[in-house]
Amino acid sequence: MKPFAFERARNVDHALSLAAAAPGARFLAGGTNLLDLMKLEIEQPETLIDVGRLPLADISETAGGGLRIGALATNTVVASDPRVRSRYPVLARAILSGASVQLRNKASMGGNLMQRTRCAYFMDPAKPCNKRLPGSGCSAMGGLSQATALFGASEFCVAVSASDMSVALAVLDAEVETVRADGSVRRRPVETLHRLPGDAPQVDTDLAPDELILAVELPPPPSGGQVWRKVRARASYIGALASIAVAGDRVALGAVAARPWRARAAEAALAEGAAPREAAEAELVSASGEDGRKTLVRRLATDAIQESRKGSRS
Amino acid sequence: MSTVRDWAAPNPITENRSGLIGKPVDRYEGRLKVTGTAPYAFEVETPSAPLYGHIVSATIARGRIAGIDLSQAASAPGVVLVWSHLNVPVQAQRGAKLNPRSQRGSNPALGSDRVEHYGQSVAFILADTPENARAAEARIRITYEASDADLDFGSFIDSAGPVPGEEDARIGDFEAGYSASAVTVDATWFSPLQNHAQMEPCATTAWWEGDKVVVHTSIQMVKGGQHALAETLGIPSDRVRLLTRYIGGGFGGKGQSYDDLTLAALAARESGRPVRVAYTRRQMFQATVHRPAVQMRVRLGADGTGRLNAMALEAVTHCARNSTFVEHAAEFARNLYAAPHRLTGHRLVRLDIPHAGAMRAPGEAPGMLSLECAMDELADRLGMDPIALRIRNEPEVDPDNAKPFSIRQLVRCMQEGAQQFGWDRRNPTPGAVRDGRWYVGMGMATAIRGNFLLPAKAGLRLTGDGLATLTQGMTDIGTGTYTILAQITGETLGLPLDQVRVELGDSDMPPAPGSGGQFGAATAGSAAFETGMVMRRRLAELATSDPRSPLYGEDPLLMDFANGNIVLGNRSESLATLASRAGPEGVYVEGSISPAADARDWSQHTYGAQFAEVGVDSVTGEVRLRRMFGVFAAGRILNAKLAKSQITGGMIWGVGAALTESNAVDPRYGSFLHQDLGGYLAPVHADIVNLDAVLLDEADDKANPMGIKGVGELGICGSGAAIANAVYNACGVRLRDYPLTPDKVLAALEAKGL
Ligand SMILES: Cc1cc2nc3c(=O)[nH]c(=O)nc-3n(C[C@H](O)[C@H](O)[C@H](O)COP(=O)(O)OP(=O)(O)OC[C@H]3O[C@@H](n4cnc5c(N)ncnc54)[C@H](O)[C@@H]3O)c2cc1C
Ligand code: SF4
Repeated sequence: MKPFAFERARNVDHALSLAAAAPGARFLAGGTNLLDLMKLEIEQPETLIDVGRLPLADISETAGGGLRIGALATNTVVASDPRVRSRYPVLARAILSGASVQLRNKASMGGNLMQRTRCAYFMDPAKPCNKRLPGSGCSAMGGLSQATALFGASEFCVAVSASDMSVALAVLDAEVETVRADGSVRRRPVETLHRLPGDAPQVDTDLAPDELILAVELPPPPSGGQVWRKVRARASYIGALASIAVAGDRVALGAVAARPWRARAAEAALAEGAAPREAAEAELVSASGEDGRKTLVRRLATDAIQESRKGSRS
Repeated sequence: MSTVRDWAAPNPITENRSGLIGKPVDRYEGRLKVTGTAPYAFEVETPSAPLYGHIVSATIARGRIAGIDLSQAASAPGVVLVWSHLNVPVQAQRGAKLNPRSQRGSNPALGSDRVEHYGQSVAFILADTPENARAAEARIRITYEASDADLDFGSFIDSAGPVPGEEDARIGDFEAGYSASAVTVDATWFSPLQNHAQMEPCATTAWWEGDKVVVHTSIQMVKGGQHALAETLGIPSDRVRLLTRYIGGGFGGKGQSYDDLTLAALAARESGRPVRVAYTRRQMFQATVHRPAVQMRVRLGADGTGRLNAMALEAVTHCARNSTFVEHAAEFARNLYAAPHRLTGHRLVRLDIPHAGAMRAPGEAPGMLSLECAMDELADRLGMDPIALRIRNEPEVDPDNAKPFSIRQLVRCMQEGAQQFGWDRRNPTPGAVRDGRWYVGMGMATAIRGNFLLPAKAGLRLTGDGLATLTQGMTDIGTGTYTILAQITGETLGLPLDQVRVELGDSDMPPAPGSGGQFGAATAGSAAFETGMVMRRRLAELATSDPRSPLYGEDPLLMDFANGNIVLGNRSESLATLASRAGPEGVYVEGSISPAADARDWSQHTYGAQFAEVGVDSVTGEVRLRRMFGVFAAGRILNAKLAKSQITGGMIWGVGAALTESNAVDPRYGSFLHQDLGGYLAPVHADIVNLDAVLLDEADDKANPMGIKGVGELGICGSGAAIANAVYNACGVRLRDYPLTPDKVLAALEAKGL
């Protein structure tokens, strides 16, 4: 681990001014992703700004009938919140399918969204990786790792997002609220918080270095059943081979792109009355990559959409 | 030399009067471990503040170091010294033995500019903190001259060569027998490269006391490590004291020493300070040994009743170019089932990857993943129950050498297992049982693993406080050796457990061969038992020849030992009194065990039957274990709890072998795809639901004086095959390429139109 400076933010303004003053700085929340990457020297921030004690952990009702979840609410607290469980079960289940209980006790809403890819070559500092070292090449292409993107990849990077939670947030049309040192507050849909890699895969999101996530806002849940499914190589404690969140007529896929992938083509097909399998196939028209992965997504999406229709409509 | 007859007489262990043998007592060192106070090699106290070493690993598969610039690193904060092959202190040539009796030869680090595999040590940094040592790595500039490397096992399988000094084992005429068989199976299985993934990385703390080096290191074999270091440094082994008191997992991967030991000792000498060196998690994958991949072709020929006429298991495996190791995946098949025409053998491919080496049940673990599934296929083809097929082919004597079995309860294992597991509820038609989205199926396989006894010694001291302290240059790699040695010593001397101490893992102690090949308990335990018997005789002589003893003048052979006393009729004297009369040091004896001269006149194995029920997700191809049960026969059981832990731990590893564990060499770099526990998938708790095992009552009087056998490796044998057979029973898909990951299962389901 490279030596670094450590600052503890007293309040949000303090955090933002520290960030503005120290260009190489990173926010530290639960640390379950950032510290791991620092130990591997994949992340080498000059300064850590600990935001972990800021009062951003509340979950509250919004005027519009939704839920506002503070950026520092832990994954455990969110998944066990009765309002989340009853109105957004897809979110609770998605969170609970991730990591382990110990990690979820530390992991925060903001940190989970901002976690970096787990591409095996990104995680190995000895290997070329455009995301880690721009211009060095992409080892995943032509490599052994199967977890490559089906959607939105570029010739520079084929990594997928590792966040389960964000797939559920995307299907729920959640928005991320941020603030910068200059006081500007912005809202972005979770769906497009992450950039597609294009020719700059080193940039995960368009958040500015001094931009702090304050909260995630959920609109009222859509009507219809909610389903969460995560396909994985062992029963727990491992990222998805593919995942899916269905809420009413909306579908989002996970572990298939650099962001949670709203399956807009499938949604459009469903709106036109297509059967679940046809909808899944409509989405896969634009997929590139290995056939086996596409088959998995087709079967998974078909089954999950069917299940959501069987489930009780709320 | 003794013979097995000498072991047949009743003794304190077989009589087990105080009931310590078999008792499920807790781990001797359990409290230290769960409270985090057991000092592992990296954590032992040092005589003065230590320095920290970090090893820099090669990033090419094969070639040479054309240039290496250490100057920037040498001036980095906190750095004390930096070594490459250019300036590392002199060490003996690899493999050199000054002392021909050394168990291991020299193991130099940074010995030359040659790179023989990715991850090989190429530089070493010593600094005041581990962070500074690691941070300085970025300042080392290395240029390599890479040469062509053979990395892809698959592309060399067809050109695999014979194993030096080995021939195929042929009995009868396999080809003729096979072609004359009414029903046949001919299929090929693949077991991938696997890593040990021990929790504790290889680590050493070293310091010098004059011309003698003291090393605490994580190793399974005390003498092997001591000798390797002595040979590397070119000094007599009595100038190396090696200690290894607590080990966080070995599994065969720590059967030898690595560069942490060599470099810690050298750096401590050079710096005059204690030095700690640990491998990183990546280095554990890349710079220690692994279980090599094995391709196995099995051919079975049977008559219409299922009687085997011919069987062959031909295995192709790999090892490093300059370090021969053979995963003997076909060997177990020689002893398992009767068939007049037999062929087994191994072929070897040399690759430029890290060294292949022993991993829990080397041979059987991958090997049984083939034959035990081939038997399932044969049963299916014959329309026979898989257990009935195996019973039909149960041999009366060892089919390899016609030796009688010391004891073989394989059929009983299968029958009891079938009953307790509910095998009769298995629907033999694949794909017939559904539970919602899940196909559900059951499978079984047998387990066999050899039993061994090696020469070993032990020391035992009885002191005036009534404590008996057993000392042995043995290791406890997390298996429970401390605990069973305490039980054996307590039972032999008639002492309660709280009066027994066990001290292990020190090269100054009477030597034992260490932990490996599931010979540890039988070997170290028998030496402890014999030493206890020596102590009994000594104490009996002391008592009966001393006028101050109430037993004075009696026949020493008539003495009994119970409750901390030496006893004859209603007269007794406490062992504490006896020991204090003997002097301030108490009474010290040594004892030893050697294999009986005729031990190998019997075929000696441990056996088991494994049963699994799995679910296969009909949508995604995910396989999940629903329950697993095994019945095993492994001699007298010393500690029911520890033996079961070993057995179920092995079964769980088999679950990993069947479903998740594998590594692959990236042909572009020569590195492993997975170099951490997030990518290399061992089973987690959620994967293991409802798994249990029972051990049959057994005593093997040909094994050793206590009639015990090893249990450390038996549990993994056949475990994965039971799961693969259950997958077939669940969904009708035969997958022969382990592990059975969702992508493979799904492709097979699709191919079947499911
Ligand atoms: C072994 C393991 C298994 C895992 N398995 C899964 C899994 O199956 N599914 C899954 O979804 N996840 C998984 N994870 C990832 C886990 O969910 C994340 O590590 C966690 O959510 C990160 O949250 P954190 O608060 O610890 O973030 P940190 O590590 O503190 O931060 C992560 C990143 O977010 C940034 N950040 C944090 N808070 C803010 C904020 N308020 N505003 C702006 N930026 C911020 C940090 O600067 C940093 O770049 C796993 C992690 C581990 C270690
Ligand atoms: S896919 Fe992206 S993260 Fe992975 S190696 Fe390529 S550039 Fe790096």
